[in-house]
Amino acid sequence: MYTPDFHYHKAGSVAEAIEMLGHHEDSRLLAGGHSLLPLMRLRLARPATLIDIGGLDELRGIRVHEGHIHIGALTTHGEIARSHDVQHANPLVAEVAGGIGDPQVRNRGTIGGNLAHADPASDWGTIITVMDGSVEVQGPSGSRTIAIGDFFQGAFATAVADDEIVTGIRVPTLVRQGHGHGHDHGHGHDHGAESINGEVGEYAKMSHPASFYPVIGGAVVINAEGGRCVSARVAVGGLVPTPRRAPSVEAALAGQELTAGNLEAAANQLANDLGDEIIGDIFASADYRRAIAPVEVKHAMLHAIGLAHH
Amino acid sequence: MTTRIFGSGIRRREDPRLITGQASYTDDIKPAGLVHAAILRSPHGHARINSIDTSAAAAAPGVIAVYTGADTEGVLNPMPCAWVIPDSDVKAVAYPPIAKDVVRYVGDAVAVVVAEDRYQAEDALELINVDYEPLPTVINPEAAMQEGTPQLHEDAPNNQAFHWVAAGGDTDDAFANADVVVRDTIIQQKLIPNPMEPRSAIATYVPAMGELTIWNTTQNPHIARFVTCLVTGIPEHKIRVIAPEVGGGFGAKIAVYAWDMVTAFCAMKLGRPVKWTETRSENFVSTTHGRDHVEYVEMAANSDGRVTGVRSVVYAGMGAYLSTAAPGIPTILHGLMYSGPYDIANIKADIYGVFTNSTPVEAYRGAGRPEATFLLERLMDLVAAEVGKDPVEVRRMNLIPKFENGHDVAIGLTYDSGDYEGVLNVALEHVNYDQLRHDQAHGREHGRLTGIGVSCYCEICGLGPSQVAGAVGFGGGLWESATVRFYATGKVNVFIGTSPHGQGEETTFAQIMSDELGVPVDDVEVVHGDTDTTPMGWGTYGSRTTVVGGGALALSARKIKDKAITLAAHLLEAAEADIEYEDGNFFVRGAPDNGKSIQEIALMANVAWNMPEGMEPGLEATTFYDPPNFSYPFGAHVAVVNVDPDNGHIVLERYVAVDDCGPQINPMIVEGQVHGGVVQGAGQALWEGAVYDDNGQLLTGSMLDYALPRAHLVPDIETLSTVTPSPHNPLGVKGIGETGTIASTVTIYNAVIDALRPLGVTRLEMPLTPERVWRAIQEAGGHHGHGHSHGHGHGHDHGHDHGH
Repeated sequence: MYTPDFHYHKAGSVAEAIEMLGHHEDSRLLAGGHSLLPLMRLRLARPATLIDIGGLDELRGIRVHEGHIHIGALTTHGEIARSHDVQHANPLVAEVAGGIGDPQVRNRGTIGGNLAHADPASDWGTIITVMDGSVEVQGPSGSRTIAIGDFFQGAFATAVADDEIVTGIRVPTLVRQGHGHGHDHGHGHDHGAESINGEVGEYAKMSHPASFYPVIGGAVVINAEGGRCVSARVAVGGLVPTPRRAPSVEAALAGQELTAGNLEAAANQLANDLGDEIIGDIFASADYRRAIAPVEVKHAMLHAIGLAHH
Repeated sequence: MTTRIFGSGIRRREDPRLITGQASYTDDIKPAGLVHAAILRSPHGHARINSIDTSAAAAAPGVIAVYTGADTEGVLNPMPCAWVIPDSDVKAVAYPPIAKDVVRYVGDAVAVVVAEDRYQAEDALELINVDYEPLPTVINPEAAMQEGTPQLHEDAPNNQAFHWVAAGGDTDDAFANADVVVRDTIIQQKLIPNPMEPRSAIATYVPAMGELTIWNTTQNPHIARFVTCLVTGIPEHKIRVIAPEVGGGFGAKIAVYAWDMVTAFCAMKLGRPVKWTETRSENFVSTTHGRDHVEYVEMAANSDGRVTGVRSVVYAGMGAYLSTAAPGIPTILHGLMYSGPYDIANIKADIYGVFTNSTPVEAYRGAGRPEATFLLERLMDLVAAEVGKDPVEVRRMNLIPKFENGHDVAIGLTYDSGDYEGVLNVALEHVNYDQLRHDQAHGREHGRLTGIGVSCYCEICGLGPSQVAGAVGFGGGLWESATVRFYATGKVNVFIGTSPHGQGEETTFAQIMSDELGVPVDDVEVVHGDTDTTPMGWGTYGSRTTVVGGGALALSARKIKDKAITLAAHLLEAAEADIEYEDGNFFVRGAPDNGKSIQEIALMANVAWNMPEGMEPGLEATTFYDPPNFSYPFGAHVAVVNVDPDNGHIVLERYVAVDDCGPQINPMIVEGQVHGGVVQGAGQALWEGAVYDDNGQLLTGSMLDYALPRAHLVPDIETLSTVTPSPHNPLGVKGIGETGTIASTVTIYNAVIDALRPLGVTRLEMPLTPERVWRAIQEAGGHHGHGHSHGHGHGHDHGHDHGH
C-alpha cells in the first residue's frame, strides 16, 4: 500500500503532456488515478514518472452535435451520468455511467482513463463498442481517431502509442423517430415493443461482489419499427480479452419480430461469436461465463424493449 | 418516577468523536522520535530459508536497522498458546516471532526493517535477499492429516495439533437403533476478518527504567501485557499496554501477535519509539483468520422426527501455528454446543486440530458457535426432509421446554434460562409462516425459486466462570473488575478491565451506573483500555463484556449505595433501616424532600468532614466479579431468498431475527449488534471465503477478490426480541454481540437449499457464489423448463444489474 518512489510532473497543457511523455523514460499519465494508483500501491506498476493531466480542463466536458456526443477524456463517470445532454441524446450512456462503482469512484474515475486501462470487462469498453464509438488521441504528430473496434488490442492493451494521449471519446446518439426521449429513457417499458420507433439501448451486467467491477456485461442497441427489429448491435465484455461485438446475435435478431422467444433465440447465438479464448477466474470460470453471457444479453434485450418482468 | 434509563435506546456517546474524526487510533499516535517498521513476509506457503542477505537493505536511505530471526532468537521467547485443552494432546509447537529456518505460510515474518519513514522501510524490504528452498504445502485440514502429506512441525506427526473428544449419553447406541440417520459433509470455509482499522502497534522503551509501553489495537490489553511479559522477559509491572480507540476486532484482535512483539524488540534495541501498522494487503495474510472446518456430521432420529443423537468428526484447521486462543474454539466453544436449544440425549464431538500452511486461525465473531449451529440446523432440515415433515415442526418437537433457572444438557453444560419455543413462535407469527409457505408454493408453479430458512439457536457466551476456564485449559481467568469513583462534584469515573472497541459500553455502562445510583448518564465517564489506569480484566470477546464486566460494575455501584445509605443515615441522624432510596435520593422513610442526593453524599464522603465512626473517606468501590455460569442467549431467525436459475444468482429478500438476550440495557445498541452480526454471517453464506492455490498462495488477498458484505445487498433486517433474564448474573443479561453471526449463516444457507430443492439440489459449498449455484443446478439435472427471467435484480444492484 506504499508506492515505490516516482517522479511527478503536472502538465499545463495537452501539448506539454505529450512533450513530457516523450521526454521522460518509463512515464505514465495520471488522470483520475483509479486504475494506476492501486497498481502502484501494490507495487505491480512502477512507472519512473507520473505526468498528471488531471488539471487539463481542455480534456473535460461534454458536447452534443451532429448525431454524436463528444466526451472529453477527463470527464468523470459522475459528470456523464448527471449530464442532461447525455441523458437526452443517449440515455444508455448516462445510465451506464451512473452504474459504475460507487459515488466516490464515479466522482474521480474518468472515461478516458478507464478506456486506456483496457480492462476486458470494463463497462465503457462494452458500451462504446456497442455504440460503435471512437477514441480520439493526440501525439507529437497530431491527432487521430481510432474506431473502437481497432482500439482494444488485448487485455490491458490499446492502439494508443506510448507518446499519445487519449483526448476524447465520440459516441453516436441513439436514433429515435416519432416521439421524444423524456424521462422514460427512450425505453418502451410501458408500451411494449410495438411502441418503439428507433433505437433503444440496454446494458446488463454481473458485478463481482468484492470489487463491484463487472464480471461480464452484455449491451444491446435495437433499432425497432412496428414491433420488429430493423437492425441491432450487440456487444459483450468480460468474455474474451477485449470487448466484442456479436454479429451472429445481431444477424439473428435483424428482421425478427420482437418477442421474448426471438430475443432468447438470438441471444443463444452468442457462442458463435466468442471462440475458445474465454477468460475465467476463481469467481467466474470460463465455462460459467460462456453459459451466462447469453443470459445477460437476453436480459438486456428484454429490458430494452420492455418485456422484462418486474 | 422518570423513564428508566436502563432499557432506553439513547444514542451512543462514543459516536460524535468517531464520526467527526476526533478519535485517536493507534496509528494516529506519534511519539517524538518515532520511527517506522515494515515486515518482510514469506511469499511461499512453505520453504526452507537457506540464507538471508540484509546488507543492501541496511545501507538503503533512511534505514536504521534490519533484524531477522537470528537477531530475535534467544531474545524474544516463542509466542505462547494460551488455551491448551487438557486431555487432548495439544502440540504447542514452537512459534518464533520471526521465522529463522523455515517459513510455514504466506505471510510468515522473515525480517523487519526500521526506517525514518514507512516508504523507506517498504523500499528497503525489496532489497533483502532471501534464498528460499520451497517445500510442498498442504492447505485443506482433512488432507493435512493423511499419510504422506507435507509435515509442518517435527513434533506434530500427521500435522495433528490436538485431538479432543466430548460426549454425553451413548451415541453408538442411538445411531444403531435410529429409524433415520441423516448425514452431511460441511465445509466451514476459511474466513478473513477485516476490521476497518488494521492491526497496529507502537512500542517505546525507557532503558533507564526498564519500562516498555505498547499502544496496541487489541481487544484485551491486560492479556496483551501478560503475554508481552512472557515473550520479552520484561516484568509485568514494567509493561504498560494501551488500547486507544480500536476500530473493530471481531476476534482478530484477541491474539497477541508476533508482530507486536517484534515492534517491542525494535524499540528495545534502538531506544526509539517504533510503529508498525499493517497494510490492508498485509492484514489479509498476517492477521488471524476464522472457521476452516471440514466436518462429517450425522443426526439420528425416530421416524416421527424426534432426534436421538448427533455426532461429528471435525478437522479444524489451525493454520501454521497455534494462535493465542485457537484450540478452544472448535472444542469448548463448538463441540460443547451440539445440543443447541434441543433436547438431544446422545452427543459426541470428535475434533481434530490440524496444522496447515496457512495464516493461523483464531476466534472470529461467533467463534465455534456458528459452526455448531450450522451443523445442527442443517441436520434438522435433513431430518425433516427424511421424515416428510415441515422443518419447523421437527424443530418444535425437539426444543427444550421453557425453563427459568438451569437446565442440564447431555454434554454436561447447564444452560441458564430459555424459552425456545416462545421465541420461535414470535418469529413464525411475525413472518406469517403458513402464508409464506403458501406463497412459496404458488411462486414455484410460476417458476419462481423462493426459499425459506428457519433456524433456532442457543449459544454459550459471557465467558465465564474462572474455575471452568481453568478446567478447560484457558491460560487465565474469566472474571472481570470494575471500579466506580465518585468525585466531590458528584461526577463519576468508571474504570473497567474489559476493553470495548465498538460495542458501545461507554454508553451502556453509564446507563447501568445511572440506573443503579441515579446519576445522569452525562456525569459518568467510562475509562478502559489502559493497563496502568484500569483494574485487571480479561478483555472483550465471547460476548462477555456486559455480562461479566457489567456485573462487576453493578456490584460496585451497589457497594457505593450501601455506603451511601450508611452515610445518609449518619447525616440525617436516622437509623440505617429507616433510609430509603429512590432515583438518586437517600431519605428517611416518609420524608423524601429532606433527603440527601447522591451528589451530596459524594461531596460529604470526599471531604470527610462528618463521617460515621470507622467509615473510610471517599466514595469508591471495586468489585472483582467471577460469574457462576456462562450466559446462553437464544433466538429464532428466518431468511427468505430468491434464486435465479438462469445464472445462479441469489437475492436475500428478507431477514427476520428474533433474539433473547435477557433485559436490554440499550435496545438500539442491541439492534445494531444484531444487524452487524447477521450481515457478517450472511457474508460467510453468500460472499466470503479464503481461496488458496496448491502452493499456499492466497488468491483472495485483497478487497478486489475477497467479498465483504455490502449494505445494498442486504434487506432491512427485521429485529424482534423476547426477554428471559439469566438467573446467573446481577443484571440478568446475556451476550448479544455474536448471535447474529451464529444464526444467520445457516439460516440463509438453508433458505437457498430450500429454494433449490425442487431442482434436486441438496447441498452446496459456501460461499454460495452464482457459479456454484448454477453448477449445482446443472449437475442436479433439474434445469427449469420455463421461458424467461425471474428473480432478476431490479432497482437495487444485487451484484447484478442492468442499465435502465
